[in-house]
Amino acid sequence: MTTATALWWAVVASGVYHGINPGMGWPLAVSAALMDRTPRSLIKAVGALAAGHLLAMGAILFPFTALMFVAQWQREIQITAACLVIGLGVWLVFNRRHPRFLARVPPSRLALWSFLAAMAHGAGLMLVPIYLGICQTVDTDAGHAAAQALMSANAGIAVGVALIHTLAMTLSGGLIAFGVYRWFGLKFLSRSWFNLDLVWATSLILVGAISLLVAV
Amino acid sequence: MNLRPDPTFHATPKLAMEAPPETLAFTLMLSPDGSQPDGLAVVDVDPASDTYGQIVHQVIMPNTGDEFHHFGWNACSASLSPLSGHAFLERRYLIIPGIRSSRIYIIDVKEPLKAKIHKIIEPEEVFSKTGYSRPHTIHCGPEGIYVSTLGGGGEDGTDGPPGIFIMDCETFEILGRYEMDRGKQDKHYDFWWNLPRDYMISSEWGLPPQFENGVVAEDLLANKYGHSIHFWNLRARQNVQTIDLGENYQMALEIRPAHDPSKDYGFCGVVVDTTNLQGAIFTWWQRDDDTFETKKTITIDPRPEDPENLPPLLKGFGAVPPLVTDIDLSLDDKYLYVACWGLGEMHQYDVTDPMNPKLTGKVELGGIARGTKHPNGKTFAYAPQMVEISRDGKRVYWTNSLYSTWDDQFYPDDEGGQMVMANVGENGGLTLDKDFFVEFPKGYRSHQIRLEGGDCSTDSFCYPSA
Repeated sequence: MTTATALWWAVVASGVYHGINPGMGWPLAVSAALMDRTPRSLIKAVGALAAGHLLAMGAILFPFTALMFVAQWQREIQITAACLVIGLGVWLVFNRRHPRFLARVPPSRLALWSFLAAMAHGAGLMLVPIYLGICQTVDTDAGHAAAQALMSANAGIAVGVALIHTLAMTLSGGLIAFGVYRWFGLKFLSRSWFNLDLVWATSLILVGAISLLVAV
Repeated sequence: MNLRPDPTFHATPKLAMEAPPETLAFTLMLSPDGSQPDGLAVVDVDPASDTYGQIVHQVIMPNTGDEFHHFGWNACSASLSPLSGHAFLERRYLIIPGIRSSRIYIIDVKEPLKAKIHKIIEPEEVFSKTGYSRPHTIHCGPEGIYVSTLGGGGEDGTDGPPGIFIMDCETFEILGRYEMDRGKQDKHYDFWWNLPRDYMISSEWGLPPQFENGVVAEDLLANKYGHSIHFWNLRARQNVQTIDLGENYQMALEIRPAHDPSKDYGFCGVVVDTTNLQGAIFTWWQRDDDTFETKKTITIDPRPEDPENLPPLLKGFGAVPPLVTDIDLSLDDKYLYVACWGLGEMHQYDVTDPMNPKLTGKVELGGIARGTKHPNGKTFAYAPQMVEISRDGKRVYWTNSLYSTWDDQFYPDDEGGQMVMANVGENGGLTLDKDFFVEFPKGYRSHQIRLEGGDCSTDSFCYPSA
């Protein structure tokens, strides 16, 4: 497996990880379907959660795409991104309290909630080192490509990373939501929900540390 | 923080009903004259236990004059919504406010038989951080712990309206007032909500001078107690509609929404209709355009009585008013229990059709000018008051005191705190259990009951039952 393939799989894996975590919202889709007595509401809710999540990924990845324009500073950008991710991870290890503003979002605004939840937990930031890694593999292939071409290639990758990650998240979360709605019942919710706060924070630190090592 | 959700958190009311039955109850003890500190009694309610029906532990507070009334948990089934981000809280602390002192105790009941004080919030902190006083109803919700208050600022609690404040559900720090726009709301009592539908309902008793030294007869006859209920956009913290039930419907107290959040209705109990002394239950519901509507669906008639047998307060009326002072709804939304604290009766209504409740069971116990004895032969002081239903809906517990100064007005000759239990029949009906009769230590009266692992007036559910 090449580095690029491994990194793309990491994008998928992180999507599945977000999707199956109840904290990222699939129980809200079950609730919507039960409240409205139609599975269509489940699909609508999953769609709203996906839209919010996608937006959050884009909001984090695109600024880095723009930064990458300064191609000669790629290494510095990578180191900064890695430090940011590690920093957030460390912050989340010590501050395990949930941001209270999320509780003010009305249940009817699922896309907004999903966007804010992803932002607050650094879901997008976790993808940055992976994204920068993928960009680098492409850069090498491109050789002395023009800055313009490089830029659009990087933007394309950002779109790809955000889409594939969100797709993986939506499919895994949607499947679980549907399974619980149709077959498993809501008992599954409290049985399958694990406190991943520490795991999440640690994985941020880990991703950051690996990319830091690679960059340095 | 747990690694898994607390096993007492249930996604739906149905799952909560299927959970193991309660083995312990927590009941508040209050010293009516403030001569002793108030306390929390842990009562054994496990029929298989040797100490069944006995107080197995007491937590006695370090202050006097608190007057305990209602209380609640730091966390409940509401935590299972991803929206609030509190899935891994423990149901571990009881939040007990003193409605006379405005002091708040946080009691750690992780080991119920070793329950102890975890934190005390002094009245000054409540006053300075909220401008409210006399904290009362506790509910755990999206933003933490919500506490309703009966008084505003100032010595007698009339400087500004009372309202709700929010506490952090982990540190128990008071965060501040809830309301952004209170609209017409100027009195307070109970509140509850429907979490997925994002609305809250609040009710009104009266301002502190109207209850602290006893019921003020002139105010009651002039219809000056609360008679409105308020509907709020829960997360926007806005009063969106106030419904005046009619000024004769004095003291709209307990709010009981259907537990299944897919149902858009609930109930509110009214203590007394001043035109005819009836007690009343209103059904409220949300219409398709999201506005609310109410309708009186239960009335309970007063009982004529020789004035000679009546306390001075009631002599002029020649009748015993039912005094609907507490109501509680079973988790399947089937039975509504109505305490008639004047008559000395506990009613059970089938509210499967919330617009047409049917009386399906009744227990007579205590009561003004009647004093019905318990089937075990003992005297029951006052009458059925704070009622709590087991999660499975099979047992109904209640205590007897309403509020220190009011007890003395309506029952000048009675004294004592008691807790009893009645069994619910397969198809309704209510029968007192001969073997369950808790007498609280001398000098104490008893008020609200909380059941281990949650009950029918603590937990809010985020998911429909089916």
